[in-house]
Amino acid sequence: MATETLLWFLPLFPLLSFVLIVLFTNRNKALSHTIAVGAAFLSFLGSMVVFWRALHTEAFAEHPFSSVINWLPTGDTWLKIGVRIDPLSAIVLFFVAWTVLMIFLYSVGYHNFGQPKGDHDHKGLPPHGATVTDEHGHTHTVPSIEPMYSRFFAFVSLFAFGMYTLVVSDNLLTLFVGWEIMGLCSYLLIGFWFAKPSARAAAIKAFITTRVGDVFMLLGLVYVYALTGSLRYEVIFSPENLHMMAEHSSGFLGLSAAGLVGLLLFIGTVGKSAQWPLHVWLPDAMEGPTPVSAMIHAATMVSAGVYMVIRIFPILEVSKEAGDFTMLVISFIGAFTALFAATIAVAQNDIKRVLAYSTISQLGYMVAAIGIGAYVAAAFHLVTHAFFKALLFLGSGSVIHGVEHGVLHTGDHHVDPQDMFNMGGLKDKMPLTFWTFLIGGFALSGFPVVTAGFWSKDEILGDAFNNGHWWVFGVLALAAFLTAFYTMRQITLTFLGRPRTKEAQHAQETPWTMTLPLVVLSVFAISFGWTGIPEHFPLIGGLLPNWFHPWIISTLGPHGEAAAAEGSLVPLATSLVVALGGLYAGWLVYRDLPAGAEDPLKKPLGKVYTVLQNKYYFDELYDKIFVKPAVWVSEVFTFRYIDRGLIDGILHTLARFSVFLGGLFRYVIDDPLINGFGDWVANTTRSVGGKLRAIQSGRVQQYMVAALIFVAAILVYFVTAMP
Amino acid sequence: MDFIANHLLTLILFLPALGALVMLFLPSEPKGLHRWMALITSLLTLALSLVLWVQFDRGAAGFQFEEQYAWYQAINASFHVGVDGLGLTMVLLTTLLSPLALLASFSIQEKVKAYMMLFLFLETGMLGVFMALDLLIFFLFYEIGLVPMFFLIDQWGSPKGERQIWGGIKVPSRAYASFKFMVYTMGASLGLLLAIQLMGVSAGTYDLPKLFKLWPTLQHAPQVPLGIPFATAKTIAFWAFTIAFALKVPVWPFHTWLPDAHTEAPTAGSMILAGVLLKMGAYGFLRMVLPLYPHEAQHFAGWLAFLAVMAIIFGAFGAYGQDDFKRLVAYSSINHMGFVVLGIAAAAKAIGTLDATIALNGAVLQMFNHGLSAAGMFFLVGVIYERTHTRDLNEFGGLFPLVPVYGGILIFTSMASLGLPGLNGFISEFLVVRGSWPIFTVYTAVAMLGLLFTGSYILKGIKKVLHGPLNEKWVGHLTEINARELLVITPLMVLMLELGVWPAWLLEVINRAMSMLFGA
Repeated sequence: MATETLLWFLPLFPLLSFVLIVLFTNRNKALSHTIAVGAAFLSFLGSMVVFWRALHTEAFAEHPFSSVINWLPTGDTWLKIGVRIDPLSAIVLFFVAWTVLMIFLYSVGYHNFGQPKGDHDHKGLPPHGATVTDEHGHTHTVPSIEPMYSRFFAFVSLFAFGMYTLVVSDNLLTLFVGWEIMGLCSYLLIGFWFAKPSARAAAIKAFITTRVGDVFMLLGLVYVYALTGSLRYEVIFSPENLHMMAEHSSGFLGLSAAGLVGLLLFIGTVGKSAQWPLHVWLPDAMEGPTPVSAMIHAATMVSAGVYMVIRIFPILEVSKEAGDFTMLVISFIGAFTALFAATIAVAQNDIKRVLAYSTISQLGYMVAAIGIGAYVAAAFHLVTHAFFKALLFLGSGSVIHGVEHGVLHTGDHHVDPQDMFNMGGLKDKMPLTFWTFLIGGFALSGFPVVTAGFWSKDEILGDAFNNGHWWVFGVLALAAFLTAFYTMRQITLTFLGRPRTKEAQHAQETPWTMTLPLVVLSVFAISFGWTGIPEHFPLIGGLLPNWFHPWIISTLGPHGEAAAAEGSLVPLATSLVVALGGLYAGWLVYRDLPAGAEDPLKKPLGKVYTVLQNKYYFDELYDKIFVKPAVWVSEVFTFRYIDRGLIDGILHTLARFSVFLGGLFRYVIDDPLINGFGDWVANTTRSVGGKLRAIQSGRVQQYMVAALIFVAAILVYFVTAMP
Repeated sequence: MDFIANHLLTLILFLPALGALVMLFLPSEPKGLHRWMALITSLLTLALSLVLWVQFDRGAAGFQFEEQYAWYQAINASFHVGVDGLGLTMVLLTTLLSPLALLASFSIQEKVKAYMMLFLFLETGMLGVFMALDLLIFFLFYEIGLVPMFFLIDQWGSPKGERQIWGGIKVPSRAYASFKFMVYTMGASLGLLLAIQLMGVSAGTYDLPKLFKLWPTLQHAPQVPLGIPFATAKTIAFWAFTIAFALKVPVWPFHTWLPDAHTEAPTAGSMILAGVLLKMGAYGFLRMVLPLYPHEAQHFAGWLAFLAVMAIIFGAFGAYGQDDFKRLVAYSSINHMGFVVLGIAAAAKAIGTLDATIALNGAVLQMFNHGLSAAGMFFLVGVIYERTHTRDLNEFGGLFPLVPVYGGILIFTSMASLGLPGLNGFISEFLVVRGSWPIFTVYTAVAMLGLLFTGSYILKGIKKVLHGPLNEKWVGHLTEINARELLVITPLMVLMLELGVWPAWLLEVINRAMSMLFGA
């Protein structure tokens, strides 16, 4: 099949799977997951073929795979859309295909396929376990299968459709379509256990918070479209259009058009990639099933935000040349978020929430890197992070599953299977999970040389340092230290030492469908770093070809820090110190924590710890300044005051005035004057008639007398009046 | 066949009324007879309008399938009908929604014959508006539609509820709503009628194609009533048109009749009200105001855009502030129609530019799309109301496991209403925003606040109905959506999806019509 044709099909397999499951196979669990995993596998195969062909295409950046069609008629022209794979999107396609497939497979085990139906399970709530009797007559409680098993696979399939659409798009519009479809799936999957009020609230929070970014992004889209007449990368990033956008003033805060476009689109990323100040939804999103957290909230959807900013880097670059502050804003938000989220992660006890804040922080790294022009390093970190963070989330899901096993065993449902302080010593119970989690954790911390995270993070630090962005370098280095610290805290609390609860004692390793993805991802969490080892690195630099950098640079042109390869050893030394130092400190503080002990940092940090534990009170703040006022404006101001009070009040006053006017006509004019006059005429006539009736007696003599009197009177008149 | 081909428009127009007249002479029992009779009549109308759609020459300028008959020669008014791409789109929407609304009305049990007859008369009234090429004929049909709708709300509206007016007086909600709808609309139509008279007397004709050529450039008229300067008279007439149509759309602050009327109307009535009747206002802007008053429209476009943005924002806030599911959906119409008006205002400002054409494409497509999604939403509210006899969102909760199919459909339709990319609403909103951004940048940016709250109220509806802990009260009482109801909603869903993915077939007709009407 021609590669271009194949590209159109990549998103369609999961979409077909979604349709099939929803319409036909939703009652058959095995068939549903077969279709979903099968579709993900087909897309995976297709992606690998595309990737392979891309690697073997000469001058691929100049001749990307692309195909275009007319979509919307606009006057005499058409808005065109199409598919396109160039070096940048090929890389993204690569990690998306791998992580999606692994997470689909993992979901089969995670949702307890093959286990009996639960005793009291309801749709909309997580499964509670089933009682089984073995051949010896003993009853056990075992995990029960998810009651909405098929629905889960339908939703994740739709999600995969969105992500593949975003990656293969050759324009910002279909990118946005995929972006929003993922937003919907994120909403549906965070709220997968919709009967839980917390999950329901988290789903809405995620959707609305990201939508704040999305409406700005929509404005950015229409602005580019209005300026260039197209949304296709090829057209909007052409030198003429870039030049035009840099020259054109936007009339907003002195920004050029390019600067404003960049800013608007970047706000979309702030929402989608959970950057401060729109970060609040991502930690709550952990209400969803763990595969969802791994796929949507670590590897793919949140990465899409960073991918988009890398995509539009040419626009950002010309805006910088035009003297705009857009890049500065980006670097500030990124660096601030990286540090800010890392500090919160230190004080979280929920194994998934730590990872959530870590994700926010790592995305902040990438955003900061783009802000200082180091978009290649950002892309590199994007890929390595996708692998090791998906690995960590899946590992945490495996841990939770293991501890839940223990909970079912003891029957004490008050024990939170996600609280790391209820764990400990899981190393021996769940060895595969432990070793893979260790690899992921070390990659996240940037453990030197062997892990992928080291190479990408080191590169960001190096670029910041060598290009003189001191403050970014300092902030990120500090965040890197905290990262290593909270990661080791997590590993130590979860896996090392002795079990702190009975439940942890009875934890069990999870089935192969869950552990196999862990192993596969951990391979990438190590090896992907080797694709981008800088040539000048001491000792091992240049042993493996560094194809990642030229490959990405070829997509977007030699922008930004392409020349930053030369540099001092200060950043390298720094990243060694912070990674190893953080890991060691984390281990030192949390090793051998006894059961029931509180966090050793709680005392020394005092109030600061409380603030960190409460995430700087952002939720409370937003509730006070946004949510509550919005509810008031809607329910009270708009509906009661304006619509019912003012507008209807005016209408009712008008109506009342009409009724009054009618009354006036009736009681003041109609009744007394018009009716009154008519009645008066009639009444008077009648009464006069009545009075005159007396003389109508019918006696001839009387009439004669009257006639004689009358004649006499006339005679008198004529006689006296005659002269 | 020649007869059909030559009289296609009048056939489509009068077929429903004819069906209603036949029903007049049938006994009122059995009820099924009238239901089927009405449904089949409207399906035949749909079939004819599909013939119209196929035979329509997309490339030709001007009106097609024109028919003109002598009607009121003394004042130069004639019975003149015809369609272009704009009218055709609206005719298609009307004939599509009518059979669906009638099918949705099969659950009506009282006075079925009268109900079905009124509905068919209503269809004729609506079609007449979209076909008329004579101002008096237009006005006639514009008003005729009010009468059946008044009775539909007043007689078959929701039986419960009271509305306090003044001095502690309470009136039944449906009486209040129907009266408000009728009087409010007629009040605004008064100005419209006077303006039409003014034009007819000044220009000596009521014929629209003639007026399109004559009126915009007319500087002097032989006889302007009251001796006011002609330019002033023109401006007054412009405002009379604008206010009449703004009230129908409705544009903020003329919108408060809508939540009442839509909430109290029977399900099918709400479907038609939101689906078609609101479009008459927007259609009026496009058919009359912009072509007849281009200068005035351009001059006052900023005001119109301002009111549109107010409608977008306060429509969304109003919807978010509701606990009544149906009123929530009703307010959403104000929000969505605001985008139509924003597009029209932008086009009025910069008529003839590419931006204007894109904005108009978006506005007309949004009219069609809103017709689909609003009708769908009202229908779904009706489905759950028929089973639970409540619209109070706080009475529901966690119903998804009880009605999984209904729940899926509700989420789908809600997402179309929200403007989720991949479904129809997104395309039209995107085009409107794209078209109006270069023209009314600030207004467009502020309108995004409304778009944000669109998300909030849609999710509020889903949250309160489907999600959360199950309200045990409904277990065993709430039944799944039935086959007839599926038959109503499926065509709407198919179109919502289709237009979100591949809107070119419809958009091309709209685009050509807009380019020819308003192009440079």
